[in-house]
Amino acid sequence: MAIASAPLRILIGKVGLDGHDRGVKLIARALRDAGVEVIYTGLHRTPEQVVNTAIQEDVDAIGLSILSGAHKTLFRRVLELLKEQDAEDIALFGGGIIPDEDVTTLTADGVKALFRPGAPIQEVVEFVKGLKWRD
Amino acid sequence: MNSLNPHPFMCDIHDLATLAEEVRVGDVRAVSRLISLLENHPGAREALRFLNTTLRKMMVIGVTGYPGAGKSTIVDRLVSFYRRQGVKVGVLAVDISSPVTGGALLGDRIRMSEHAMDFGVYIRSMATRGHHGGLARATGDAALVLEAAGYEVVLIETIGVGQNEIDIVNLAHTVVAVVAPGLGDEVQAMKAGLLEVAHVVVVNKGDLTGANHALRDLREWCPKVLRTVAMTGEGIQELAAAIAEHQRSRGVRHVEKARNR
Ligand SMILES: Nc1nc2c(ncn2[C@@H]2O[C@H](COP(=O)(O)OP(=O)(O)OP(=O)(O)O)[C@@H](O)[C@H]2O)c(=O)[nH]1
Ligand SMILES: [Mg+2]
Repeated sequence: MAIASAPLRILIGKVGLDGHDRGVKLIARALRDAGVEVIYTGLHRTPEQVVNTAIQEDVDAIGLSILSGAHKTLFRRVLELLKEQDAEDIALFGGGIIPDEDVTTLTADGVKALFRPGAPIQEVVEFVKGLKWRD
Repeated sequence: MNSLNPHPFMCDIHDLATLAEEVRVGDVRAVSRLISLLENHPGAREALRFLNTTLRKMMVIGVTGYPGAGKSTIVDRLVSFYRRQGVKVGVLAVDISSPVTGGALLGDRIRMSEHAMDFGVYIRSMATRGHHGGLARATGDAALVLEAAGYEVVLIETIGVGQNEIDIVNLAHTVVAVVAPGLGDEVQAMKAGLLEVAHVVVVNKGDLTGANHALRDLREWCPKVLRTVAMTGEGIQELAAAIAEHQRSRGVRHVEKARNR
């Protein structure tokens, strides 16, 4: 859905139980400063809520922070729901404490990028800006 | 139409007609896509004539007021109220785009997360993209799309404003201005602006000290002033009644269900 003249729209939110939102808020602000329209959904979202919201907001991508150990299940659930809703054109990326082997499987499953805590924010911004030229 | 535009179907009137048809049967993805097209391409307005809507079948409620006064929380409560009557509700939540980068942080729906799984509720965040007046350029068009898709009430939250950003008056049937205690000077400024044109004035955060003072002060100025505590839902029923009363007094045609709570 990306259109050269229109700003990117990205959903940023946090799935799972932990209550720290400092990281996601920093990402949300950095993306805004890079010219992105950021739909910030806040904490404790479920995969179902995230996908419904992404469709209503017609976003180009979903960026999720998942710090709980359940990242594999949760990212996969989001991919599954996007597929069910015929919305696989929405890219999924994320961040969290994710072991190498999970990064490999999840990327193979279709997650477009995964960032570890401490990854420079600029890396995330560059990745998102790259979405503009997708398709 | 636009050589930069890699979106081929934009140029095609038949595809716009198809999309409009999908909107009319209530397809959420089609609603979302059409709103994006209307935001991105003036040419997409061609689709509106296939929708055959006028905003007269729907109740359009504007919610405006200073940043942080509680607009989103009030909208969230009103959505719950209308949903209890089985009415389909749309929300258009407008926030400001950065004039420097064009980016925007759209956070109104944080307060509306309770409705994220309710298929009778459609919530869309819109950035102003440089448009002045308190709304996005495409907000009115988006309301037409929602009406065509069968939403019976649409709640429009403006950017946080107080004075001159009064586009909402031309769009909404009923305008609710939200004030909170502790906004002394700002409320004075609003008296020569929003408060003049609002149909219902709400002093939200009625749990805080200063609420009674604000109520007394405003009642000398405005016909209808209510107290709410949006955080707990106190006063929301009365607010919905005041909105219904205003709609009735204007003779606006809309769903009976929404009018008689
Ligand atoms: N004490 C108190 N706080 C409230 C009440 N209603 C909302 N708030 C709080 O006020 C803050 C702002 O509420 P919002 O609903 O986001 O306000 P808003 O007007 O939409 O804000 P912007 O969209 O940023 O302009 C939040 O922290 C709410 O929890 C209330 O009735 N009492
Ligand atoms: Mg708000």
